Formats: sequence, structure tokens, C-alpha cells
Amino acid sequence: MNYQVDEKGYYGVFGGAYIPEMLYPNIKELREKYLEFIEDPKFQEEYVMLLKDYVGRPSPLFLAERLSKKYGAKIYLKREDLNHTGAHKINNTVGQILVAERLGKKRIIAETGAGQHGVATATVCALKGLECIVYMGAVDIERQAPNVARMKMMGATVIPATSGSQTLKDATNEALRDWINHPTDTHYILGSVVGPHPYPDMVARFQSIISEETKWQLQEKTGKSTPDYVLACVGGGSNAMGMFYHFLNDEDVKLIAVEAAGKGVDSGESAATTLLGKEGVLHGSRSLVMQTEDGQVVEPYSISAGLDYPGIGPQHAHLFTSRRALYVSITDDEAMQAGMELSKLEGIIPAIETAHALAYLDKMKFKEDDVVVVCLSGRGDKDLDTYMKYFGL
Amino acid sequence: MNRINQLFEQKKQSLLSIYFTAGYPDLNSTLDIAEALEKAGADFLEIGIPYSDPLADGPVIQHSSLTAINNGMTIKVLFEQLKELRSRVTIPVLLMGYFNPLLQYGVEHFCSSCKEVGVDGMIIPDLPMYEYEDLYEEYFSLNEIRNVFLITPQTSDERIHKIDELSNGFIYLLSSSSTTGKDLNVSDQTENYFSRIKNMQLKNPTMIGFGISDHTSFAKASEYADGAIVGTAFVKLLEKDGFMEQIPEFIKGLKG
Repeated sequence: MNYQVDEKGYYGVFGGAYIPEMLYPNIKELREKYLEFIEDPKFQEEYVMLLKDYVGRPSPLFLAERLSKKYGAKIYLKREDLNHTGAHKINNTVGQILVAERLGKKRIIAETGAGQHGVATATVCALKGLECIVYMGAVDIERQAPNVARMKMMGATVIPATSGSQTLKDATNEALRDWINHPTDTHYILGSVVGPHPYPDMVARFQSIISEETKWQLQEKTGKSTPDYVLACVGGGSNAMGMFYHFLNDEDVKLIAVEAAGKGVDSGESAATTLLGKEGVLHGSRSLVMQTEDGQVVEPYSISAGLDYPGIGPQHAHLFTSRRALYVSITDDEAMQAGMELSKLEGIIPAIETAHALAYLDKMKFKEDDVVVVCLSGRGDKDLDTYMKYFGL
Repeated sequence: MNRINQLFEQKKQSLLSIYFTAGYPDLNSTLDIAEALEKAGADFLEIGIPYSDPLADGPVIQHSSLTAINNGMTIKVLFEQLKELRSRVTIPVLLMGYFNPLLQYGVEHFCSSCKEVGVDGMIIPDLPMYEYEDLYEEYFSLNEIRNVFLITPQTSDERIHKIDELSNGFIYLLSSSSTTGKDLNVSDQTENYFSRIKNMQLKNPTMIGFGISDHTSFAKASEYADGAIVGTAFVKLLEKDGFMEQIPEFIKGLKG
């Protein structure tokens, strides 16, 4: 089975580029050039150098012994939290800033929810001396003040998205509207495996470094390059796609994507898109979308600002419907407990997004010699306020 | 004959089309506004189907969409209202809407519902040509619904010819690449673009939209196209008390 994008920009029935004509020239230019850029040895040389010397890759693959003992399997953590800026997001922004440079763009825009992608974008813009504008929901600006300050320190302009629910979905709308209004000099660094083709494929390629490294790291540590299980959390799905990418054709590796159930899948306050969504079009691609019967996109909810997105990347929609990966969900409470557990057992405070993936370990049954890799997509510093309030610390 | 084709064939002077959002400012104001616009002298209408995430729209139309959704407007409700359309309005009517609500209603069903109530055309800004041609064109043709494509100053000649080939109503010329509600800023570049399109001698008529808000911009657009489309400026009028009484003056002001 083919799990990658076809020449028309689709994964099965999902994907495509459902964009207004105003965006067509930019998307066409990107579609025609991204592979040529990425495959250019000079691009690769700079990308690999930046990942190594700036981001700090390869990120370690760490055998979490006390966690392993608790769940009765060999559990490895892929430490994306140790990247510069504290999450996997920078793998993509480093790649896309090099694409933007080659396209000759002078102005960079991005959307951000919790602020991680905004920070990662501001970071690479500072590195390259490019103008950076980040759209962020007005509600998220209030909730994530430290990340707003980080972006500002690195020279970015943060513009509040005041439409709709004033969160990630609306920030993405505003970024797309900005791109419509700046048709020639601007590159949009989209932060997840969503949006019109070629974004889902381009972002997945830049994040695929996660599974590429995991394979040789596992080979070194266990003598075998494939694990039994791979787990990652999913909002739009970029860390999961990076974590799954090089295992997609190893059909005996079980891929598990963990969505945010919020206060419970049936509570009306959830972000479990594969359970609650239907086929639809959002932000330029055909995928699974949480929506009303009339096709209005609904506001999702999760305690973690990085998972409350009402859609999911089209490649994930394809992996879900083809059953190549299992999509499950974890509630706010389960995630918070798992975040506390990892902190106590391994001395690692995970992002609440990541804690959703960790929480699913408790629902699995392992054989003692099962090898499990969990993508530790980000660190929990940005979530301290939420942890403090939740646990009364 | 489709009312849109007829209108352009019999056209004697520049045409004025007005956009407004269905269900705004009140759920049931849709047809009253349509009727008032025809009486005031609008040549055809674009009724917007409200959507939660209108990417191509600026704040004014975003606000009207959100209000309409909160008022209870849905595609089903709209088609209920439009059952009375042809007993009250004779000019051509297009629906303008984003693709997702249409997809949920069912595109085939949508086209046949349009035909039933006497809607003549559609503008779906985020439905790409390839998907339209490959998956949906037959439903439009079968029901004689004219699908209208947009072009911008950045659209290549090759693509414009392709759009001209696929179109059978008119082509919607954006005055600039922008979201709705920006002022028209006619630079040499804009005039070059309008002239370039005019000289291409397309088989379809053209209407210029985005940034048309007064008689000056309407007259300017009319030099290069068959007429112009006014959206945001009219939706702003609907925000005011007693807007119904002001519609004739508004239309007269535009046409001059």
C-alpha cells in the first residue's frame, strides 16, 4: 500500500489544494520547487549542518528504565524536547526557512497555537535576518505570555487573531489571509502536516528526521532497527508524522496516534478528530474535520493548546481510514497524570501534548521484550502554569 | 436560457452586481434585501452562504457570516427561503459559498436544489479547477448552474485561457490579490492588468470585484470590464438602522 502523496497531491481521497485563486501562484511555485530544493546537495548540506550545530541533533533515544519497569516493556523516549526551542517544531522551520531563502522571499509569516511553532519560526527568522510576523489567537496570547515574549525578543511581530474563537484555527485563517494580501514577497511557514499540497508532504519530510534517527539509534541499542510499537500525540499531526514516516512500510511496526479527548469524547469539549470528525475541507485540504451537520467548523477543546485543532493532516486521515495506524484518545486528566508520572519516574517534565502519548501506555498490554518508542515531542516548561494550577503546586 | 447569459447578451450599459450574506442582519432578511436591490436597479445578485472560516474575506464579511450563522442560517434554511425567490426577484442570482458546507450538503444535491429554486450560478472561491472539472462539472452542467472562477493580477495567461474554456457565465476579475473589503487602489499596474485581460478577447464576459465601493471605482472598473461587483460596501450599509430605505440611494450612488 502507498502511504505517501501521489502526483496530484492526494493521499487516497485526502489532501489536494482547496485554495482561492489568490493563493494559487504561491502554492504552484512551492509545489514545483520544493522537491528540487530539498534534494539539492547544497540544501541538504546546510540543513544537516543547522540541525546538528544549531538545533542539537541527533536528539537522543533514551531507554526510560523506571517507566519500562512500570509498564513491562522496553520503552524508549525520542527526545525532541532537547532540541533548541524545546520541541520538534524547529525541524520544520529550519527546513522551510531554507526553502523561503531559495524562493527569494523576504517576509515570513506563521500561525501558532501554544506558541511553539511561532517561537521556532521567530528563531530561524532571526538566524537568517528575515522579517517575521506570527499570527496567534488573542486568547492564546493571554495564555502563553512567555512564548509571546520569546518571539518578540527574537524580533518577530506577534499579531493577535481576533476572529472566531481566537485560537489556532483562527490564527491559521489570519495567516492565510495575510498571504492572500501579500502575494509576491512572502513565504508562509505552516507549522503542521496540514494545509494545501505540498505542505503536508513538505512538513512530513522535514519532520521525518525523527524516525530516520530512531531507526539507526534502535539498531545500535537493540540490534534491530524496528520497534514493536511507536506512539505519538496528534493535533495537526507533525510530530506523529515525523515519528511514523520511516516505519510506514514496516507493516509489523504498530503505529499509535494519540488524540486529545479533552473532557471526554462525548462531552462536547474534545479534540478527537478521527472520532468526532467527518470528511471535509479545512485550511486548503480535504481531510477529517470536526464540524456541524451544516459544514461549519466547530471549536475543539483540549487542555493542551497544541492539540486543540479541529482537523488532522490528510496523510493521517489516510493512515486512519486505511487502518495503517491506530488512532486513540486520552482525556485531560489522564494526560496530566501521565505528565506528573514521567516527571517523577524519569526526571523529565513533558509538554502536555506529549503527555497524551505517554498516558496511552497505561491502556496497552505488553510482552516483556516489546520495544516501544514514544516521541517526546516537547518539554513542559511552557506548561508549568497549567501543571501548577491543576496539581495545586 | 440561463438568466446570466441572457443578461450579458442583452447588456446595454455597465452591470452592477451586489453581494450580501444570507441571513444577515436577520435570518429572514435575505429575500427582502434581494427584492429591494432589484427594485433599486441592481443588475444581478450574489447571495453569500455564511461559513465559519471564510478565508478570502475581510472583517466586514467575516462579521456578517458569523452573525448569520448565529441567526440560524444554514444551506437547508437558505433553500427553504429561496423557494419564494422567483416569485419576488427576476434578475439573475448566484450563490457564493466556501466548499465545505457544499460538500456536506452534497454537491450534486446542491446543484439540483439551485435549479429547483431558480439560482443561476455559483462562486466557490476554494474549489480548484482540477477538482471542479474532474469531480463536479457534470452536476453543474446538468442543472445549468454557471460556475464562476476568479482571476487575480498574478494569474498566468495560460491559466486564464483554461478558466475561460471552463467558464460559461462570466469571469470574476479581482482588482488585486487581497481579501474582501480593501480599497481599490488603481495604479498603472492595475490598469495594465485590466488592459491585458481586456485585450485577451476572452469568450466570457468579465466583472471586476474587490475594492469597488463608490461611483468612481465602479466607473473605473466599467472601462475595462462588463461591470463591477460590490460586496463589503453594501454589507456595511446593512449594519445601519433603517438600511432598507437607504438601498435605492446606495445603488443610485454607485451607478451615478
